[in-house]
Amino acid sequence: MSPQKEDAVYLGEVIGTCVATMKAPGMEGLRMLVVQPLDEHGNPTGTRHIACDAVQAGPGDRVYLVGSREAALAFDPSFVPIDAAIVGIVDSVDLDRREGDV
Amino acid sequence: MKLAQVIGTVTATAKHPGYLGHKLMIVQPVDSAGLALGESQLAIDTVQAGPGDTVLVLREGTGVRQILEEGTPPIRSLIVGIVDEVTSG
Repeated sequence: MSPQKEDAVYLGEVIGTCVATMKAPGMEGLRMLVVQPLDEHGNPTGTRHIACDAVQAGPGDRVYLVGSREAALAFDPSFVPIDAAIVGIVDSVDLDRREGDV
Repeated sequence: MKLAQVIGTVTATAKHPGYLGHKLMIVQPVDSAGLALGESQLAIDTVQAGPGDTVLVLREGTGVRQILEEGTPPIRSLIVGIVDEVTSG
């Protein structure tokens, strides 16, 4: 896994949900989902992890996420101690046709 | 900043308000010779870049907020330049 990818904005697919009763202060009410990072072709890349949802995504949705410190800003103004947030549900991915052409 | 090549675009209807009105591109990091390095990622476009362009990607939240001047959007990656030429020894 490239740690760089999850320091940025990246594609993923929601594959499950996560429930925790005991949480750090500030995380109350956050919806936590299990996410598989994807490459631009929709193939799994890297390891599954937990991200907090800011856009009402659900299992099966293809999404994009922001990692690192900026994830917390998705829930501004409350301070949330998280490092991955789902910030968009993908309608379509359009790749440059030249890419992959022989 | 990292050198990258724009290889596609992502569209979304349901998104965080911080992403409204911005174009989201798929960028592939490249080295100074234009060869792919590592995995692709996403970045917001601020310079009207398009597929095939070699661009400069800023990946630092404070700089992003300084450029966008929109409060505190949850955005970490921004395309801040279209590269004309890279010369390296």
